[in-house]
Amino acid sequence: MIERDEVLRIAALARLELSPEELERMTADLSEILDYVNQLARVEGEARAAAATEGTPLREDRVVPSRWTAELLEAAPAREGPLAKVPRVVE
Amino acid sequence: MKARLDRGETTAVELVTRTLDAIEQAEAGERGLHAFLSLRRELALAEAEAADWERAEGIELGPLAGIPIAVKDIIAVADGPTTAGSRILEGFVSPYDAGAILRLKHAGAIIVGKTNLDEFAMGSSTENSAFGPTRNPHALDRVPGGSSGGSAAAVAAGYVPGALGTDTGGSIRQPAALCGVVGMKPTYGRVSRYGVVAFASSLDQVGPFARSVEDCALLLSAISGHDPQDSTSARRPVPDYAHGLDRSLRGLRVGVPWEYFPEGLDREVRAACERGLERLRRAGAQVRDVSLPHTAEGIAAYYVVATAEASSNLARYDGVRYGYRAPDARDILEMYVQTRHRGFGPEVRRRIMLGTYVLSAGYYDAYYRKGCQVRDLIAEDFQRAFADVHCLLTPTTPTPAFKIGEKADDPLAMYLADVFTVAVNLGGLPGISVPAGFASGLPLGVQLIGPRWSEERLLNVAWHLEESSEARDRARVKIAVPEEVAEAAEVAEVAEVSEVGRRRGAGGRERSGRGRAPGRGGQRRGRPRSQPTAPSGEPSASPARGDRRRGGAGSRSPAGDGGAAREGSSDAAGAQSARRKRGGRRRGGRPPRGDRT
Repeated sequence: MIERDEVLRIAALARLELSPEELERMTADLSEILDYVNQLARVEGEARAAAATEGTPLREDRVVPSRWTAELLEAAPAREGPLAKVPRVVE
Repeated sequence: MKARLDRGETTAVELVTRTLDAIEQAEAGERGLHAFLSLRRELALAEAEAADWERAEGIELGPLAGIPIAVKDIIAVADGPTTAGSRILEGFVSPYDAGAILRLKHAGAIIVGKTNLDEFAMGSSTENSAFGPTRNPHALDRVPGGSSGGSAAAVAAGYVPGALGTDTGGSIRQPAALCGVVGMKPTYGRVSRYGVVAFASSLDQVGPFARSVEDCALLLSAISGHDPQDSTSARRPVPDYAHGLDRSLRGLRVGVPWEYFPEGLDREVRAACERGLERLRRAGAQVRDVSLPHTAEGIAAYYVVATAEASSNLARYDGVRYGYRAPDARDILEMYVQTRHRGFGPEVRRRIMLGTYVLSAGYYDAYYRKGCQVRDLIAEDFQRAFADVHCLLTPTTPTPAFKIGEKADDPLAMYLADVFTVAVNLGGLPGISVPAGFASGLPLGVQLIGPRWSEERLLNVAWHLEESSEARDRARVKIAVPEEVAEAAEVAEVAEVSEVGRRRGAGGRERSGRGRAPGRGGQRRGRPRSQPTAPSGEPSASPARGDRRRGGAGSRSPAGDGGAAREGSSDAAGAQSARRKRGGRRRGGRPPRGDRT
């Protein structure tokens, strides 16, 4: 079960907007899904080791030239010179 | 198909042209499937022309040279759209090829189009695509499964002999089962995820669809291997997966986890599994009961882990760097919110919300941490089972394909369609779905699951499980390619990844016909697997597979640039002779129908 206010709080965290109808629907859907997911609480015990992954291999952190800078920048909806442009951030 | 190319009976250009024409005609008709979101006609033809020229020049060709392949539109293919089935990526043009695509191109495959999918691979029916659902070729009022439904449908309909998909919780295996084709989710780390739009990074994996286990193995060999751009891709050698598929199963122990056969399981689904087990017994395998005690909690753990990762991965769609941006926002926060509101569909928003919730303060321990613990317990269940047996056999799906719209308003019911597939992703294991007959005209699949890196064994077992070629041919009769498109049927005919899958004496099932070209495996292994680049200053190297950067040194198209790339006269002659052959064969009678009756 999840309350409407909680759904609104989560939506704000996720940067999503919900119309009043969408809020109703989302609250009902999430309640149903969370009721189902709550069966996890029944599970006891822990695996001996984190069996699911073989660990995350890391790669050396070094600077390499990017091959795609120009193309990637082209994909931005708005640009100014070599920068992606956004609406006003501070008043 | 490869043999016909080798003998000069057809050309890659002809094959690709015919494939694209057939897809366009079939899809434009009333019985179109909406399997594709975009076709790559120009680029594909340029690549095909280059492949023909290489063949004419006697340049060593990749194992998939000239073979048309479809790719799920969540995997980046350079210079074309990658929408991930979402409005938020509408208009985005991929600047580069994904790791798996580089390898596919290096093997010579020609990507003809990008296939439909549930938005961001979130769904089990392809109904969540922002661009409309795909229909099941076996029954147009039913879903093809999802999320890689377009790829599964394209292969089942005979548009292409093979396709790539991605599988985060069953998104290759489930649609493969519902469309009656082979689909494999490899071990996590087998195939590079570079250039694949991320859904749940610890679960996502790229894999092949094909109409036979052997073609599936060929495709897997082509796309597997380490990629420096994906640190989770494994540094393990890539075997020739198509080699030795007919090995005997003597000594093999197959486990049947009773939790995957609950009371009330669809009778036909159960019967399909029993038929499969009988086949394996006849091939020399022993069958044992095993238990995977945490099966019931699989879906719950999966939807916690997957949505948590998705909420984080999808935070990048903010309207700043690519894709859609909501116009007229007054400030940056409004822009984020409106862009995401208009760009994401309902299921994606639902999952972002769920993921944000399970990661948020106060709920993290109860949901996300618990979900990860259960995930580890599930992985441990598998480890325990694999101490006793070599692989497991289960149904792929609880039911055959359901009706379009049937589960659209019930997200939880849709989630439960993945009940037999999610655990494989949670454990990072390989799994394959193999066609296993029909229930009321709808295909069924059985799933094989193995320990990490057991792809060779799984493919070997899958080969023995596979229906006879006769059964596959019967299946194909049902396929919904419009009758007026005679050419389409012809494509289905020629469109086998290879001629390899015909001769199968050793398995006890005679498959007559064309044998395997000797030494092909060795040739494939001998080819360098690194990123393909044309040796500089050597115009005789593949012009199409050189440096593909816009305006780069290499030419993408030996024809499209007015011949500028042709420095030697010989390659122009090669292209001409290719054209002659094409002209000569155009409408020049159907290809031999071989062993198909």
